[in-house]
Amino acid sequence: MDIADKQPAPDGIEDLDLSKKAIPNYRRVLSVVLTFLTVIFTAAVLIPLAAVVYGVSIKGVNQLKFPTVFTELPPPPGLTEGGFGHAIIGTLMTLGIASVIAVPFGVLAAIYLAEFGKGTKIAQLVKFSCNVLTGVPAILCGLFAYSIVVIPMGNFSAFSGGVAIAVLMLPIIVRATEEALLLVPNEMRQAAMGIGATRFQMVANIVIPAALPALITGIVLALGRAAGEAAPLLFTAFNNNFWSHDPLQPVATLPVLIYFFSIIPYKASQELAWAAAMMLVAIVLIFSIAARFFSRQKSY
Amino acid sequence: MALTNSPSGFNRSPSLEKKATPARVIDIGFWGLTLTLAIGAGSVLVWVIIQTGLSSTQAIQQFGLGFLFNSSWNPVTNVYGVLPQIYGTIITSFIALLLAIPIGVGVAIFLTEDFVPRYITTPIAFAIELIVAIPSVVLGIWGIFVLVPFLRPFFQFLNQNFGWIPFFGGGAPRGNNLMIVGLVLAVMIVPIIISITRSTFEVLPPSLRSGSLALGLTRWETILRVLIPAGLSGIVSSVMLALGRAMGETMVAAMLVGNANRIDISILQPGATITSLIASQFGEAGRLQVSALMYAGLVLMVLSLVVNIIAELIIRRFQNVER
Repeated sequence: MDIADKQPAPDGIEDLDLSKKAIPNYRRVLSVVLTFLTVIFTAAVLIPLAAVVYGVSIKGVNQLKFPTVFTELPPPPGLTEGGFGHAIIGTLMTLGIASVIAVPFGVLAAIYLAEFGKGTKIAQLVKFSCNVLTGVPAILCGLFAYSIVVIPMGNFSAFSGGVAIAVLMLPIIVRATEEALLLVPNEMRQAAMGIGATRFQMVANIVIPAALPALITGIVLALGRAAGEAAPLLFTAFNNNFWSHDPLQPVATLPVLIYFFSIIPYKASQELAWAAAMMLVAIVLIFSIAARFFSRQKSY
Repeated sequence: MALTNSPSGFNRSPSLEKKATPARVIDIGFWGLTLTLAIGAGSVLVWVIIQTGLSSTQAIQQFGLGFLFNSSWNPVTNVYGVLPQIYGTIITSFIALLLAIPIGVGVAIFLTEDFVPRYITTPIAFAIELIVAIPSVVLGIWGIFVLVPFLRPFFQFLNQNFGWIPFFGGGAPRGNNLMIVGLVLAVMIVPIIISITRSTFEVLPPSLRSGSLALGLTRWETILRVLIPAGLSGIVSSVMLALGRAMGETMVAAMLVGNANRIDISILQPGATITSLIASQFGEAGRLQVSALMYAGLVLMVLSLVVNIIAELIIRRFQNVER
């Protein structure tokens, strides 16, 4: 208003109204409606999260009977009570095998990408390939492990499950490690080289320790993602109704147990599936919160 | 050896001459090891593709491209085709995207455009990230025992009142159907669209926003006519990544789609997806059937590779423009 008053418009042009009222009604209504819509959309995204967490906790808590869930096997059809201790061990086994394969592999590959081969054609190709691999459906990692491990060895095994999970984890670890290494200031590298360190000494003694918190974050996130995947384990680790510590034999895992127990019509099994689901959600949430905790620590 | 000529180190001064000291040998060995593993990591994708192709040769020879257009899956006569599964995969992903794109972009705008203070948006953004952490098998069991019973009246309502629309017609609606898979997939992919769209909006030059506002556009007109077109490549790539995720999601589809080998225009009827087919049939499959399932996996691989590579290329182009 003030501006319009102070500066009279040239002849032939009407005074400009610059107040808010000048905006036509439909434009203001549009704004209000759209703002309202985004609020509704945000609620629409949060409601399923709340519903899932609530549903899983309510149904799961009733079924979690300590310590039998850890110490007992699932009941035979028709009976009740029991646990899924074997599936927890199986999950730890497959994750352990996968980590042994994927962590050193991924971290060392990422060291090349971030430290030695930065900007080279090879590094770019490898990064592209890893990014595409991240998008490959998890079930195809399972088919892959089936055809390279299960068929030659002749039976389902915890090891083949670990291979499938390793394929899933590898690109995540490569990307996370690379990002962690790139966060380390270049001055630290120059200082190390300046006092005569070889590149190996520089990486091992300076860069890796400095990047460690971010590196661990990446690995924990990859583990959290892998812990919840059932698809790659369906025809690799398969399932097992008994205790098994042998990596060359099939093992039960929490995600696969949830799948099999939720689609069979026995109430006791379904209740165990809920308890396992709660357990799995708790594990995965702990992983992702732990990852956040690590990422806050800075050692440089 | 070419490796010894790699950078770092000086030749002129005798005291700094390259000698095969243990430290130097370790250094070169380490360099070679990381290079080998980097190439190895890059080759895993190729290996996965080739291995899936090799495992499906038998089915490829037997059925050829007709596999894509055949709608029978008959282990007795050993005739296999994945047309219903391709249809189911596309329909469920389409339903998921139809919901997730407007919602995802809307939420991203809500979180970045300062409608509400930071101390409200930060926890919301954190909660949305947690959705990604929920295992899909947990969403599946929640779908079976909570969402299906909850939505059954809604499906009946749709069928009775809008049954004249082919998508909602076709006999009594079933609890396990294409629509519920699409709904749960939408929940899973919405965080992907939100997070990438958000970071796209955050890196847009502020001058775009202020310029548009200075011309007299309202905040929403700025968003719709300036920011969304400017960030379109980011939004499109997020949609492609989300599509890739939706097509490849196994557990939700296997647990909720109903695993019916049929093509039904009605989304309230059960169907199948490529992933649900593999998950449900693999356990008791004979040799040719395993090969046919591998072929189905190959089809899925091609679909997801196309989508992911497009997404990756868009992201790259976008990043180059930014710099």
